[in-house]
Amino acid sequence: MSVSLIGRPMTRVDGRAKVTGAARYAADFNQPGQLYAVIVSATVGLGRVTDVAAAEVERAPGVVAVLTHRNAQKLPYLPHKAGIDPAVGERLHVLQDDNVRFYGQPVALVVADTLDHAERAAAALRITYESRQPLVDPTDQRAEKIVPEAANRTRALADRSRGDADTAVARAAVRVDETYDMARENHNPMEPHATVAAWNGDRLTLWSKSQYLVNEQAEIAAIFGLPAENVEVICPFIGGAFGTSLRTWPHVTLAALAARHVGRPVKLVLTRKQMFFTTGHRPRTRQRVALGATPEGRLTGIIHEGMGETSRYEQFMEALTNVTDYLYSCPNVRTQYRLTQLDTGTPNHMRGPGEASGIFALESAMDELSYKLGIDPIELRRRNEPQMDEAENKPFSSRSLMQCYELGSERFGWARRTPEPRSMRDGRLLIGMGAATATYPAFHAPASARVRLLADGIAEVEAAASDMGPGTYTSMTQVAAEFLGLPPEQVRFRLGRSDYPQTPSHGGSWTMASVGSAIRAACVEAQAQAARRAVADANLPVFGASVNDLEWSEGRLRRRGEAATGLSYQDIVARTGVPVEAERSAERASEVAERYSMHSFGAVFAEVAIDPDVGTIRVRRIVGAYGIGRVVNPLLARSQCTGGMIGGIGMALMERTVLDPRDGRPVNAHMADYLMPVNLDIPKLEAFFVDEVDPHVNPLGVKGLGEIALVGTAPAIANAVFHATGRRVRALPIHIEDVLTA
Amino acid sequence: MFPFVLEKPQSTEDAIAAAASGARYIAGGTTLVDLMREEVEGPERLVDINKLPLGGIRVEGEDLVIGALARMAEVAADPNVQRLQPLIAESLIEGASPQLRNMASMGGNLLQRVRCPYFRMLDAGCNKRTPGSGCAAIEGLNAGHAILGTSDHCVATHPSDVAVALVALYATMRVRGSKGERSFPVEELFRLPGDTPHLEHTLLPGELIMEIRVAGGPHSHRARYLKVRDRASYEFALVSAAVALSIEGGVIRQARLAVGGVGTRPWRLRNCEAALAGKRPERQAFEEAAQLATQGARPLHHNQFKVELLPRTIVRALEMAGEVA
Repeated sequence: MSVSLIGRPMTRVDGRAKVTGAARYAADFNQPGQLYAVIVSATVGLGRVTDVAAAEVERAPGVVAVLTHRNAQKLPYLPHKAGIDPAVGERLHVLQDDNVRFYGQPVALVVADTLDHAERAAAALRITYESRQPLVDPTDQRAEKIVPEAANRTRALADRSRGDADTAVARAAVRVDETYDMARENHNPMEPHATVAAWNGDRLTLWSKSQYLVNEQAEIAAIFGLPAENVEVICPFIGGAFGTSLRTWPHVTLAALAARHVGRPVKLVLTRKQMFFTTGHRPRTRQRVALGATPEGRLTGIIHEGMGETSRYEQFMEALTNVTDYLYSCPNVRTQYRLTQLDTGTPNHMRGPGEASGIFALESAMDELSYKLGIDPIELRRRNEPQMDEAENKPFSSRSLMQCYELGSERFGWARRTPEPRSMRDGRLLIGMGAATATYPAFHAPASARVRLLADGIAEVEAAASDMGPGTYTSMTQVAAEFLGLPPEQVRFRLGRSDYPQTPSHGGSWTMASVGSAIRAACVEAQAQAARRAVADANLPVFGASVNDLEWSEGRLRRRGEAATGLSYQDIVARTGVPVEAERSAERASEVAERYSMHSFGAVFAEVAIDPDVGTIRVRRIVGAYGIGRVVNPLLARSQCTGGMIGGIGMALMERTVLDPRDGRPVNAHMADYLMPVNLDIPKLEAFFVDEVDPHVNPLGVKGLGEIALVGTAPAIANAVFHATGRRVRALPIHIEDVLTA
Repeated sequence: MFPFVLEKPQSTEDAIAAAASGARYIAGGTTLVDLMREEVEGPERLVDINKLPLGGIRVEGEDLVIGALARMAEVAADPNVQRLQPLIAESLIEGASPQLRNMASMGGNLLQRVRCPYFRMLDAGCNKRTPGSGCAAIEGLNAGHAILGTSDHCVATHPSDVAVALVALYATMRVRGSKGERSFPVEELFRLPGDTPHLEHTLLPGELIMEIRVAGGPHSHRARYLKVRDRASYEFALVSAAVALSIEGGVIRQARLAVGGVGTRPWRLRNCEAALAGKRPERQAFEEAAQLATQGARPLHHNQFKVELLPRTIVRALEMAGEVA
């Protein structure tokens, strides 16, 4: 048996296409006769449109149409919700009425022969509003907290309790009780949202940036009242997304609406500024965490109350307080999750959603507790390591948190850390070292895939999945090659079409678990079909054998135990020339989920250097150690981790969408003003994986990596800032002004 | 973008004539094209000066002479600049991003427009962009705004880094207009906003920056630029300080000091300079002088921290300059 392809550090199969420009992204699919659409965004934060001077710009050079609520087609907007849509509320309907619900909402669309003409006309379009002051600050007294109606029947939990946490915390020998804030963030991928829409009768093709093609198909079909099979979505490449392309946002509807209105294909690309309006954001959160502990550092009570912002028209929920239920051993735990409805667009999932925000609060509080107790922060976590998921009363399918802390401590050099704040220096600079736990659920969703064995020896593998950057093209090629016993060069994995076998959204760290398992199942089935065909073929040496007496090895079929060369797929398929084709679905058996609590765990270590004179905070290095089950491709996995850490640096020290309370406008909707780390901010980042075998999660034994790579980084940095300065900053991002007088 | 006429004159005289009749100069275009795309600026005619003989860097005696069209990256990498006026190189490298530094000219850098977000939003009040429309920043989000030299009409900071260094070095500039040439200190290029924030500089209509001249001296080699910001690169200064010290016999003979990120123009601190003269280059003297920097400061709601950060930045920059061998 050859060395397993799973686990091999294969370079990206699509790398060459990406660096040579051969890879085509949504906006690259220009169509014959295509027109260009530009959105006109509302310049008030709340109110209604009272007049649109459309006639003035309809006569402008190149302008073909100006769409507003007055002339746009009334769309059916049939009910449709996927798991990534908020369970309560109704999606924004565009150009259907005169209401302005938030600053930046689309209120008109200009279609012209060139992008220049469309932009020019859009800028010239005069719109009159009747406006009121929006409420965009969740800490405003007038902001009302609501219980998320759909919580507890979705993944997000509203209220959960075991024991009596309030009494336990109140009576605890040692207590921490603090409030933690996190700013709103926007995803800001490199590639802007883009859609090219083309109608052919009542059939619609969308070349559209999407992390969830089959839902974009279903959503647009519902909005336009079409059968789903009339809509086709194509998106072979994504230039980063981080969750912003999970939902189908209004611009996709607008592109299709415009294309139908003008009877020609239409391209619509959002500007960077518009990427801050209607494509979701990580909600601003405020959390209270109260911990009670014995003097020996055993947790006796945990209270975690979280508040997230949402829009007026949808209740976006995330798993803000979920991790607190299972992360540590504690008899008394109470969590609460509330929403504040504001006059903004609906938030959505951003890498490590919920968990990343929630764990900042919990892991900051744990760090605070460690200082109050005088116990090393890692030792504190060791003393509270649970034997099982105490919320669910069931064992973890695997949990390597302590191994992660051990490996990470060693690689990071935690032993060199002196515990006292402000005790470490490098010349003038204050040095701080911090650590935090990372965790994320090991999800799995039903998925399907198709394998086609061709006469030329190539195996085509298809699934309606996406690859926003983790290397799905490559890792799925490895999985298919592994289970077919073929060299990867003979596998052609394709994704990015809604007419391929259905897959779940490309998010939540479940793509490999879900799609990979489906590919495995399809490969196994294709092999079985090939074997059945071989034994039925009188001209093949295995003719007449029972398939049970045959075995596949390295892509060749032979009688069990025989040393014969055996038959390749090509040998079998070429006999008739008819490809062997197998499509299979895979899902996790419900017993598994009932029996086990399934999560990834990790430990993140950060070192910061802070200039005591001017307060500059720079991350010097980050080490992460993760227990994520099987690592399909360590090269890709490390890249995914370093990307997540960079996102964590942004969350800890830079990213913040600032809204002007007077009209709700994002003031820094610009890449020069919305700070994200640049190369000079990125130090040495190292990711390690503990050997972890999880036989329960799925047949591949993978637990997912995309989210956990970001979770935990921000609190590790915040904890390092405290260690360096003695200043506890409980609001992210931490800026110079927060540590200036430390 | 809207249509415009692009003129490509063959001579400086033709360029000046075109600009005197209302056209706008364009060199690297890193500010202007950006603003035109956002329709913050709407020139009907542009004069491309890139082919004019205004580039290059040369040494004349003790003077360093930088052509107006020399690119930021070119100046920062120039051996004569690094040898004679390392402060200029250091401030340039701290500015913008590599891509922008490759394009942006020195003259254009001095004339770049402000980074106030409301200046770039056509639906927000901005007296600089649209005189009389009000200032959305004063009651708005103003963490990045100025605390010195502000008025009730504008609080935007001048964004250039190298301008701060040039002001600290007492650099002069030569400009040419239809009525001839004149030279004046770079510091005098910049106006305070007052009640006319749309008037940003003292150039006469059509005047073209030809070159920047920086005289060398003992201070040139005890000069440092410190830029404080949350991101390590590609961010405008929260506070920056350019300092150049002449030290003789263990005593500061002359201190030159200008700061950025806090003023509505590159801000020379004469009171701090005077306080440092004759003192030993020690932290206590630095701190006493730096306290004078915030005299007359008018902090806004979100930028109070600059009152604390400014003197700290000055002290640290003075220490850095004092440490230069």
